[in-house]
Amino acid sequence: MNIIAIGLNHKTAPLDIRERLAFGQEKLKEALKSLGQLPSVNEVALLSTCNRVEIYASVKDGHEASGEITDFISSFHGIPADEFSEMLYVHRNEAAARHLLRVASSLDSMIPGEPQILGQVKDAFKTALSCNATGFILNRLMRKAISTAKRVRTETKIAESAVSISFAAVELAKKIFGELAGKSVMLLGAGEMAELAARHLMTNGVRDIKVANRTYERGLELASAFRGTAVRFEDLKKELAAADILICAANAPSYIVSKDMMTHIMKERKFRPVFMIDISAPRNIDPKANGIDNVYLYNIDDLQRVVGSNMNERKKEADKAEDIVNGEVDKFRRWFSSLESFPVVIALRQRAEEIKNDELSKFIRRFPDLDNATLSAVEHLADAITNKLTHDPSVAIKSDDENRALMVYIARKLYGLDGNDDE
Amino acid sequence: MGIILFELALTGYFLAAAISVIDLIRGRTESAKLAIWLMAAGFALHVAAIAFRYFTGGHLPITSMHEAASFFACLISLIFFILIFRYRIGGFVSFIGPIVFLIMLFAAFMPRSAAAPGPEMPGPWPWIHALSAFTGIAAFAVAAGAGAMYLAQHYALKTKRFVGLSRSLPSLQVIDDINHRLTTLGFALFTIAIIAGALWAENVWEGLWRKDPKVLSALFTWLIYGICFMLRRFSGWKQRRAAILSIIGFAAILFTFLGVNLLLNTFHTFK
Repeated sequence: MNIIAIGLNHKTAPLDIRERLAFGQEKLKEALKSLGQLPSVNEVALLSTCNRVEIYASVKDGHEASGEITDFISSFHGIPADEFSEMLYVHRNEAAARHLLRVASSLDSMIPGEPQILGQVKDAFKTALSCNATGFILNRLMRKAISTAKRVRTETKIAESAVSISFAAVELAKKIFGELAGKSVMLLGAGEMAELAARHLMTNGVRDIKVANRTYERGLELASAFRGTAVRFEDLKKELAAADILICAANAPSYIVSKDMMTHIMKERKFRPVFMIDISAPRNIDPKANGIDNVYLYNIDDLQRVVGSNMNERKKEADKAEDIVNGEVDKFRRWFSSLESFPVVIALRQRAEEIKNDELSKFIRRFPDLDNATLSAVEHLADAITNKLTHDPSVAIKSDDENRALMVYIARKLYGLDGNDDE
Repeated sequence: MGIILFELALTGYFLAAAISVIDLIRGRTESAKLAIWLMAAGFALHVAAIAFRYFTGGHLPITSMHEAASFFACLISLIFFILIFRYRIGGFVSFIGPIVFLIMLFAAFMPRSAAAPGPEMPGPWPWIHALSAFTGIAAFAVAAGAGAMYLAQHYALKTKRFVGLSRSLPSLQVIDDINHRLTTLGFALFTIAIIAGALWAENVWEGLWRKDPKVLSALFTWLIYGICFMLRRFSGWKQRRAAILSIIGFAAILFTFLGVNLLLNTFHTFK
């Protein structure tokens, strides 16, 4: 009985290989069915995302299975195995379990702490369950991976700080304003990043969004997308005083907001704090405006730096997460290896029972005149001896001892169990 | 017994202050929890020490300089813990812990013998005056701590040094709210203290007290906070400026409370 994890990810394979080897949603069930029919595979699950293609299987023989699975991938996608076999990694047993737990906990992701992978692992498990592809062992492993990932998210700060520019902007806004509900946002110009930041602000409670664009029509279009209002560029100065957060992506050739203008606006705002994000190139807000009281002006490089320091913070948290994963892998390993000894313990007890019954029937044949009371006393005696004799070896074989494999081997030889050993 | 409790409380405060200041210098708040627990232990012992003095002396232990400083530090701790429960702001310990410890250290160096209230303290007015003054300036002290925390967070955001510390400090808005509430509370209590003090002093000393340096200094402090209050209300002196004002105000308090007593000749002394 073995577990293997075989696959490739963003670290081992380039995107174009990952794309060609990916199993699309519609092909997943078909692939799981074929994998389940491979001679050495008992249970199987398939995780296919844009960053990784991985097959987890409980198998009869690890080496044969990895060959069969590689051939399957090759024939399923019609790509010769030598094009990708160099990029494949194969983990066995404990290492395979650790790999899945790390993957689900986002420790193997490009950005540690990213939330998508856990959902993808859950989906992979659900699909496998719906095809009856997994069984006793993989179900346990998959559930362990999901619960470990949840522990990592709640017990470490791995997912706490923002690691994208637009989320960093929201994080900073919260550090300035606390609650974002009731704050008003002005979008100056448009662009992917600015719109993304505006959307994140909206999910954090901002309702009042104004859009000012050079061309008013485009502004109207954007405003309707955010359920906000469009503002004419000429009225900018007047409108700016009402904005608590300004996202500027106008990409104008020179400053749109000068320091003097901002000084004036701040007076009008009674110096209520304002958070300005300038992601235009060249910059459209005079950097000197940061010197005005209660103005917090960030440009793209500043945000990038925040993201960088957050990333370092996540890496530190990832170390704590590895400890959690190790602990959980250990628990799984103990459970998994206790499975190995089960058949031996059962065989041992069966053997003892056989011997006892044989000897008892011989005994009865030799002394046919015995009364029932004596007979039952003898049976009791035989039961007690067999139970006592098998008790200690059973406990030893089931125990979590590092020499268990050796003990299992010796038990098989000593008690002549190998005749029963074909599972 | 009372002395042992006081010394143990001082030790707890010392450890809390040391740990939290090291945290602050290293720009992290990893040990904030530990510092808060140590400070809580110090606070519990401190309350016991004051209760002990109250029951052995038969009056609120605020008549000597040692007792007054110790009582003042205890009130600051109390306000701090209320805020910690209300706002969940662990990093605040780095700003309040040192203040409490320094005041306790000052108390430790003052003569510790108990002083019975003299004939110049008849009726309830002196106690109303003292209690509201103590609580009021304790609120000002915590407001100054919040002001310092505001400036730390403000500095981090302005200079874009968004490091571990500022990550765990509360938002500017929350700190400003705390500052505003404490200043308002402090101002109200300080006003009561001045009125109660005037009623009492007029009975005992008649006109003489009005030119006392400590009384003048207290009125000056009251004026500073009054101006803060007005500026905030009417000219938008919120946030950073309010934070700075709360620190300046507290400096004036310290001058009134300690400087005048130690340097100038005043009626209004502790024994």
